[in-house]
Amino acid sequence: MKRQEIDAPLKGWVNNSIKAITELINKTLIIAELEVRKLRHDPTDLVVRSIQPALWLLIFGQVFTRTRAIPTGNLPYLDFMAPGILAQSVLFVAIFTGGMALIWERDLGIVHKLLSSPTPRMAMVLGKSIACGVRCLSQVFIIYGLSFLLGVKLNLNPIAFLKVLAIVLLGAGCFCTFSLIIGCVVRTRERMTGIGQLITMPLFFASNAIYPISLMPQWLKWISHLNPLTYEVDALRGAMLVNSASLYSYAWDFAILLLTLISLTYICGRLYPRVAM
Amino acid sequence: MIRLTEKIEHRRAPSSTVLETEGLRRRFDKFVAVDSLDISVKQGEVFGLLGPNGAGKSTVIKMLTTLLPPSGGRAYLAGYDIARQPENVRKSIGYVPQALSADGSLTGYENLLIFAKLYNIASKRRQRCIQDVLAFMNLQDVQHRLVRTYSGGMIRKLEIAQSILHQPQVLFLDEPTVGLDPIARATVWQLVQQLREEFGTTIFLTTHFLEEADNLCDQVVIMNRGQVVVTGAPSDLKASLEKDNATLDDVFIHYTGDQLASGVSYRETARNRRTAERLG
Repeated sequence: MKRQEIDAPLKGWVNNSIKAITELINKTLIIAELEVRKLRHDPTDLVVRSIQPALWLLIFGQVFTRTRAIPTGNLPYLDFMAPGILAQSVLFVAIFTGGMALIWERDLGIVHKLLSSPTPRMAMVLGKSIACGVRCLSQVFIIYGLSFLLGVKLNLNPIAFLKVLAIVLLGAGCFCTFSLIIGCVVRTRERMTGIGQLITMPLFFASNAIYPISLMPQWLKWISHLNPLTYEVDALRGAMLVNSASLYSYAWDFAILLLTLISLTYICGRLYPRVAM
Repeated sequence: MIRLTEKIEHRRAPSSTVLETEGLRRRFDKFVAVDSLDISVKQGEVFGLLGPNGAGKSTVIKMLTTLLPPSGGRAYLAGYDIARQPENVRKSIGYVPQALSADGSLTGYENLLIFAKLYNIASKRRQRCIQDVLAFMNLQDVQHRLVRTYSGGMIRKLEIAQSILHQPQVLFLDEPTVGLDPIARATVWQLVQQLREEFGTTIFLTTHFLEEADNLCDQVVIMNRGQVVVTGAPSDLKASLEKDNATLDDVFIHYTGDQLASGVSYRETARNRRTAERLG
């Protein structure tokens, strides 16, 4: 009798949790579908977004390869830099599409309508992250293509490629969610543009994207270790190149990015209703 | 448990109360946007919330659609407490915000498809539901065109279509005809009437067009500076004025007075005008 009394609430709790998780996954996929459908109707953004990484690789990369100013061990500078530029490109796309799009949708009224539907707030955040990841996959193909043409020794093993895709999805998710959090807090287009520009460069320079951490002064080394972009670049450098040159294991980088994404999604899910207030 | 029983009663009895607020209040810092709102809306009614700009109408709608938590008081919608059971409230309502809410970068069909999925309409019924509302709104021929190519009236119809896919008990329309030309406006009001007649949907709306509110609404509430100043059937309100052939405009002016000095913020005005421009 006593056991039954204990079992009943436990069963109810388990059932409710399963229901909530299924609902979260279903709705996340619907929101992602919504965003990907939009992208399919207007893919011009993908082409525009490919110009910046192309310039970094073709101009900055070429020049610094010749000057040999940055010590990268046995790795040619362009090989060292290519994963960093992929991460940078993902960072830029994520920061500028996440929060900016949210504020645009808020000004229109789309967010209000979505928030009044039975959709978990976290599904809205996660769905946008996934869609941002899909958007960033185009950058992978562009940077692989350019790197190949420039003679970067790419690891074309399918498993290594899948590892790269997974990291790109995670990195895009982290920075898209970060951008959504800023959007939820600032709520105006002008402030979002300003803050977006203000944070992307420090995030980029306080990482190992275009120079090794060993070159940094001590204070910057500390900051770079707190920067998720560092782990994204590190994992990409390990999986993308034939002469992989990562500091940490792939699993470690993956776990840090995943934990960052989960924490940011939770925070953003709590802040999301503020957008419509 | 008690609420659940009440909910069943709501569905059974056509004249039962579907929406009720008790002392509903919302403050923004020291500013009281809505003060002690007591309203009661019966099933199948068209209920009009009127008032000058900045009276608190949109704040009321935001609270009732669970977008904004109340600072005090209670509200029950379809038997559910809006503060404690927001998920159940969301399943029972449809909402058309004042600003544009259909996604211009998707087709009309895709806008409906996504909302059909979000409202958990089973995949077997989904296509039929979508085609039914498209037929009801007379949008079948343009369903595969991007919404950004639609006219203002077509967009509003699509937005209402999105909100009635799941046959909500209460449909909230926040200034549904703002920025529309007279023909589109007449079409929207005709749809509202049809929705009530064919599906018995309760409609909660705000509007600036008092003549239309007069024709459509069974009950109106006039708000001013966050408070209800008068409530009743339009005919009763008109009769209460000591004036021959009084209109709802007269009632409105009588109870709200000269409002030029009050009103909404710069930002709100900019948004309203943008919406009008886009729809126009």
